[in-house]
Amino acid sequence: MRRLVEICGDENVFWRAEDLLVWEYDAGFDRRPPSAVVLPGTTEEVADVVRAAHAEGASIVPRGAGTGLSGGTIACADAIVVSTARLRRIISIDRVARIAVVEPGVPNLAVTAAARDVGLFFAPDPASQRISTIGGNVATNAGGPHALRYGSMTNHVLGVELVLPTGECVRFGGEVADLPGYDCVPFIVGSEGTVGIITKVWLRLLPLPEDVRTFVAVFADIEHGARAASAIIASGVVPAAMEMLDRVTIGALNAAFEVHLPADAGSLLLVEVEGLREETADWATSIERILRKNGATNVRSAETAAERELLWKARKLGYAALARIRPNNYLHDAVVPRTKMPDVLREVNAIAERYGYVIANMFHIGDGNLHPVLLFDARSQPIDRVMEASAEILKVAIDAGGALSGEHGIGLEKNHFMFWVFGPEDLDAQRRGREAFDPDGTMNPGKVFPGGDACADIPTERTKRALAEGMWV
Amino acid sequence: MTTAFDTTGLERCIHCGLCLEACPTYKITQLETESPRGRLHLMGAIADRRIDLSRSDATVLHLDRCLACRACEAVCPSGVPYGRLIEETRAAVAQARGISPLGQLLLWSVSRPWVLGAMNAVLSISERTGLRRLARRFLSPRLRRLDALAPPVGRPQYRPVQVESPRSSVALLLGCVMRASYGDVHTATARVLAHFGVEVVETPDQACCGALHAHAGNKEEAIRLAKRNVAAFERADVILVNAAGCGAHLKSYAHLLEDRPNWAARATALASRVRDVSEFLETIAGDETFGELAMRVTYQDPCHLAHAQGIRAEPRALLSRVRGLELVEMANADVCCGSAGFYNLAQPDYADRLLEPKIDAILATRPDAVVTGNPGCMLQLAAGLRSRGREGIPVLHLVEVLDRALETR
Repeated sequence: MRRLVEICGDENVFWRAEDLLVWEYDAGFDRRPPSAVVLPGTTEEVADVVRAAHAEGASIVPRGAGTGLSGGTIACADAIVVSTARLRRIISIDRVARIAVVEPGVPNLAVTAAARDVGLFFAPDPASQRISTIGGNVATNAGGPHALRYGSMTNHVLGVELVLPTGECVRFGGEVADLPGYDCVPFIVGSEGTVGIITKVWLRLLPLPEDVRTFVAVFADIEHGARAASAIIASGVVPAAMEMLDRVTIGALNAAFEVHLPADAGSLLLVEVEGLREETADWATSIERILRKNGATNVRSAETAAERELLWKARKLGYAALARIRPNNYLHDAVVPRTKMPDVLREVNAIAERYGYVIANMFHIGDGNLHPVLLFDARSQPIDRVMEASAEILKVAIDAGGALSGEHGIGLEKNHFMFWVFGPEDLDAQRRGREAFDPDGTMNPGKVFPGGDACADIPTERTKRALAEGMWV
Repeated sequence: MTTAFDTTGLERCIHCGLCLEACPTYKITQLETESPRGRLHLMGAIADRRIDLSRSDATVLHLDRCLACRACEAVCPSGVPYGRLIEETRAAVAQARGISPLGQLLLWSVSRPWVLGAMNAVLSISERTGLRRLARRFLSPRLRRLDALAPPVGRPQYRPVQVESPRSSVALLLGCVMRASYGDVHTATARVLAHFGVEVVETPDQACCGALHAHAGNKEEAIRLAKRNVAAFERADVILVNAAGCGAHLKSYAHLLEDRPNWAARATALASRVRDVSEFLETIAGDETFGELAMRVTYQDPCHLAHAQGIRAEPRALLSRVRGLELVEMANADVCCGSAGFYNLAQPDYADRLLEPKIDAILATRPDAVVTGNPGCMLQLAAGLRSRGREGIPVLHLVEVLDRALETR
């Protein structure tokens, strides 16, 4: 501990039990305080901290803003949390090369804002973008509504500087494309803090589109909305984003923001196209036609930039607004093939009904990334049952040929379910890849891979493991 | 020691963290302990008895470092009533550990107009005789700070303005510091109102609003003062307030008195008639302009106007009614300046760290004056400008600007 204080200064090291409580959570459900928290202010400090921890055999959990939903930053095995929150410098924005070089603690939206000043933008836009950090976005391979057209983080990270578990600082990729040798960048993107601590990121920026058009289409129910969404994709038009909101969500958004969505709608589609003015005009016409042909009772387009921003604000902050209906919510992240979506949605709603939870749906319908949210009150409804319902939802998605997670990461939340989608050989190969970077397993132990005991002292972790192992036949 | 307190609304915090970037103390530290989400979690831990307040100095420090600016509440999609929760928590802290002697002294003085008046007189005499300047040399840094942040002396007292055949009438909350040290802002308020045919009726029994007491955890005194004001303003159709902190607090009387059977309904009725002066003027001004004032100004949103009352557009709209006045927005105009009641005395280190970027943002707009709507902000910003040798840039209350503009008509 003294060594950590020497490296980072007294005010950036925490070890009192009462202080550590505020690092026992993320935005999900797992809770466990770390044994210490340290906030280095430079890459060199990160490396010194990692070396000091390594010398003591201590495990490390990297953490950004703690907005994750999958327990990826919850400290298992008495680990030390190394927060990147103070590493928040935008080092450079190169307008000509269209590259931003940033530290990991920079909030996603700050990159977007800085890029906009020079006529560029940064595409990944997770709903948490006001606060979630680039480091966390890289670690979880975050997406967001606009991933439909632009892809997730992995398509936008050009290079990474990483402090390895032994304290060496290495760099992969950077300004120049096509470096020879293994391309480690895509391996590090989505590695959830298990291979090292990211200390610098090279990001791809894109030119701002000439024109943006945003539509809100009203449907009588979810199925009509889902059918219209499929029809748009089938037509060959690729919207920049396409989001579905159900009735429960609409109510919460209207209560939280002055967004005035039609309260009697069964579902809404939020569709956005971006491009050259000539293109968007054509797309807008065909999208509106498809929406109406598939049962849209009303199609409205955002008239002003302010109106468009309000719609997106409501959509992106909508997850938290659901707390106005029930204080707790469990947000899922499964991805299913688009063709199976209506069936899966029906089954998911049936599960919620069977368990007696209100369910809200607000998700990236364009790429089949479902976000069913179970709404409940933890004071009267036990979390174990919510997790049981959640496991059933996951099973429905996997049975339909889907994936466990679209963008939130596996973390501690879904690690034990990994064998539902990967065979033992697949998992073993992934494990060996991780061990190449972290042979002692001290980086974010207990995460991503199933079956480990590192986090067995967390009650919710034990519950999920029992469900994962018990439900699979 | 029991630490039971009302945690209604705390359960709504889903730990999403959307409040973090809005929080001034998180912004300067990047520490979860100094963030709204962290503080809410600590409140929960106190309520669940995972933290024992009487022994947890660190927790109390994190709670004390909260400005109660309520910027977090304004951005919270879940609707967590942060302002109310921090007040409840501070009352629990005060119960478990008492209020600091400096805090007690300040609270005792502000609710007694004669004390403030006497202090003002003493300071005024020592100022004129040069005694204050002399004394400054021997003061401890802490007292020198107190001196630098003391309300101004020698500004004229409030003088009611006569209105012939008034169109309507309002009551004006005179307050504590405003009454003792900014009487001329009240006079300017009355003159601007008179221009629109609105008369200020006297409300002799009114008291200090009690906001500082509630923020510091002295709930009992806050309730006593609230009752006095509920009774005093009962007959007023509109209660005007020109101090943002007081206005926000009067509007929350309904909550403060909700479990007092004889008072709850009366408090709710009163709260619904409270208006900030900018809110009121913007509704009655119609198409009027406010004369001419060739001036370049920047506007600081008082936290308890912007975040607690949601009033951001009205003061700016009023300024735009002054011909020749140019409003240049500073960066982060709605981020707290660090005044926050007597935070600048209780947490000097943090208050200075907040004030520095604020003064930078102000100076970057190269203003002739800074405009705001709360005495605490006026004091803090003036002290900040003075410390940079820029006392030539005055800090004005919005109504002072409007009053000066009207004089030119």
